Amino acid sequence: MADVLTFTDRGIYCPAGDFYIDPWKPVDRALITHGHSDHARFGMGRYLATAGTAPVMRHRLGQITLETVRYGETTRIGDADVSFHPAGHVPGSAQIRVAVKGQVWVASGDYKTVADGLSEPFEPVQCHAFITECTFGLPIFKWTPEDILTQQINDWWAANAAAGRASILGAYALGKAQRLLTTVNPEIGPILTHGAIENTNAVLRNQGFPLPDTTLVTPDMSHKTHPGALVLATPSALGTTWARRFGTASTAFASGWMALRGVRRRRAADRGFIVSDHADWEGLNTAIKATGATKIFATHGYTSAFQKWLSSQGYDAHIVSTDYQGEDFDQAEGPEA
Amino acid sequence: MKDFATLFTRIDESTKTTVKVAALADYFQTATPQDRLWTIALFTGRRPKRTITATRLRTWAAEVAGLPDWLFEESYSIVGDLAETISLVLPPARNITERTLTDWIAYIKSLSAREEDDRKAGILSAWDSMPNTERFLFTKLLTGGFRIGVSGKLITRALAKATGQPEPQLTHKLMGNWTPDTTTWDALIEADDPTADLSRPYPFYLAYQLDGFDDLGVPTDWNAERKWDGIRGQLILRGGEHHLWSRGEDLMTDRFPELAQLLDYLPEGTVIDGEVLAFAAEKPLSFNALQKRIGRKTVPKKLLTEAPVILMAYDLLEHQGDDIRNTPLKDRRAQLQSLIADVPATAPIRLSASVPFQTWQDLSAARDQSRALNAEGLMLKRLDSPYLAGRKRGDWWKWKIDPLTIDAVMIYAQAGHGRRANLFTDYTFAVRHGSDLVPFTKAYSGLTDKEFREITSWVRKNTLQRFGPVRQVPPEHVFEIAFEGIQASPRHKSGVALRFPRMLRWRRDKPVDEANTLDDLKELLATYG
Ligand SMILES: [Zn+2]
Ligand SMILES: [Zn+2]
Repeated sequence: MADVLTFTDRGIYCPAGDFYIDPWKPVDRALITHGHSDHARFGMGRYLATAGTAPVMRHRLGQITLETVRYGETTRIGDADVSFHPAGHVPGSAQIRVAVKGQVWVASGDYKTVADGLSEPFEPVQCHAFITECTFGLPIFKWTPEDILTQQINDWWAANAAAGRASILGAYALGKAQRLLTTVNPEIGPILTHGAIENTNAVLRNQGFPLPDTTLVTPDMSHKTHPGALVLATPSALGTTWARRFGTASTAFASGWMALRGVRRRRAADRGFIVSDHADWEGLNTAIKATGATKIFATHGYTSAFQKWLSSQGYDAHIVSTDYQGEDFDQAEGPEA
Repeated sequence: MKDFATLFTRIDESTKTTVKVAALADYFQTATPQDRLWTIALFTGRRPKRTITATRLRTWAAEVAGLPDWLFEESYSIVGDLAETISLVLPPARNITERTLTDWIAYIKSLSAREEDDRKAGILSAWDSMPNTERFLFTKLLTGGFRIGVSGKLITRALAKATGQPEPQLTHKLMGNWTPDTTTWDALIEADDPTADLSRPYPFYLAYQLDGFDDLGVPTDWNAERKWDGIRGQLILRGGEHHLWSRGEDLMTDRFPELAQLLDYLPEGTVIDGEVLAFAAEKPLSFNALQKRIGRKTVPKKLLTEAPVILMAYDLLEHQGDDIRNTPLKDRRAQLQSLIADVPATAPIRLSASVPFQTWQDLSAARDQSRALNAEGLMLKRLDSPYLAGRKRGDWWKWKIDPLTIDAVMIYAQAGHGRRANLFTDYTFAVRHGSDLVPFTKAYSGLTDKEFREITSWVRKNTLQRFGPVRQVPPEHVFEIAFEGIQASPRHKSGVALRFPRMLRWRRDKPVDEANTLDDLKELLATYG
């Protein structure tokens, strides 16, 4: 029997439906898992995405031909039945299920299994083959539980505010920033945002996501006009002149990479909060098990180790090269920025 | 250990020296004296004796975490630190209990006398009783090597702040081979005789690289000498015994037994700063000759005749039992000279001669002869300068020769570890040979983080083949590789081994067919090997 999905130099391809999933080169028909720029790219003839992902895609890609579907709704494309299911990665993000003649394959896109209070929570989808990301596919990655994380960030902010310092927190503009916004305690002080984040906030507020009040940073603002503020910035804005207006602020990054002391120290921030919109080791293993799939394709991340691990656990596991970047805050222009 | 963990976190999280010093000073005022002493010991490289091998620790940790050994190793190669890897993969602790740092160290010691099964049970229960940071620190104690970004300088600055004593005096007190088992906080820090320990060395004076002659004044104020390419050492003759210390505060006495005879020729109470050199027929041998003796605790006879060493003396720090570091260099050198003049030529010591010069241009010419003399460059020292502690600007300068370089092609890349765990930073380089590429060295430092990021993203998109963690990439990028020395090596495919290879520059302007060839490399070997 032919494979439901194949791997080409344009992206993941479905021969039965003649469409691509998250392609990185121009194609006629693209199904998009979520709005991050390494997954939703320019130049496709037609796009299909969830209703929750559409606004951010329009915001980022401008005029595009875009159809939307609801989670769980089945669409027939050629000989394939296609449906989108929550991936828990960012608001609107989806795994894409493709069924052809009783064979079910699922492309995970990016996902995480713990609920972040904002994104639609991850739902396991039964399938025969599962294409999984493994950005953090090593047992050294374990995320801080949400309640402890919230307390860590609030304590850090409150201590800085008490000492008269601003708190600058670096996080991706889509997803991570809003997720942090919903967990911090707005009573500690004013919340300021970098332009890239505020734009995304506006898109999500329009969709009805409840975000606390935030203020866009303008040239006249500083630690003097907004004492004790929490400043949400993109990772690339930290350490720039943009950030310097806040004086001797305390800086922090929110990323899965903060689990590693070495990376934490290289980024030279005062604090590192271990939080990611990707699954940690435990999350990956639980998610894969819950699909019931026997055939697994590992993409972007520690693919070789993860493939070997899955094989040792009895899966028919393979490595697939893709152009997705995972959580890479080292990119000056991060794919998730 | 909670207060020690808090101290560690404060230091580790901050990039600001003032914050680190404040954290340490707080700790030195609040922790128990014994904990303070252990903290100083750990931060200055005096770790407790290893009671359990690293192999055992990784096996036990992998077992508790339910991981196959290879996956533990893979994780370790990414994290780059064994203790951190262990603390990350272990399941969360279930029975948190608080003990002091000193207690935990005693606990570790008590395990050494026990049977293997008991030791294992002891370690597992300790891991299960500590939150993550404490667990990491505890495992660090077991694995040794407690480098956490605190320099000796910070320790003394914090101690000065906490005790009110001057820094140089504290630096001196902390030198030598004391351990928390052989001394106390009172004896080491509060008492005021730093020479109570006969083997205790003085802090080494270190120079910065010269950045121009503009601020030096007139040439007659300066002494120039060769910067010899050996091992910097401090020879101590006190109480009828001799001790040889390296700059890293390693005791090297037994590695260079020929220096023992200096006890017969030099007076009691003498301390000399110099360079241990392989030396024959009144000439230094190349560093390659000395290399054979490094890392050997004892020396076979054959090697003693093949690569005999001497102490090339730079400076005199103690004379007839008096600390003379504050007398001017010209007087110290005069005394050193007269000491050595009385020693027969068969004894393994020489005075590092002054290099005569009238103008700075003369010096430049002298520097150009360095490689031929097996020297690394020149040293410039102000004639009226005292012997200071640590790296200081102003009175002493080193003027090293430029490294050897070769343009090479990157052919493999591997992810770094620790600080650079998510970047491809370790590369294998090749030179051209006909239409082939012959690998000849690895290098993993010298580029900026920005360049590493750019290459990382290129490697991800251009991987040709994977060999475990190593990725073969198309030969497209040329790098200038700098190194300090070259020697023949039958173990390497290229037939050469480099000393201190690193990337000097990414030569974006150079196409691959302009990279150097194997013949170029062999020519360097013939000239400098
Ligand atoms: Zn994403
Ligand atoms: Zn992604």
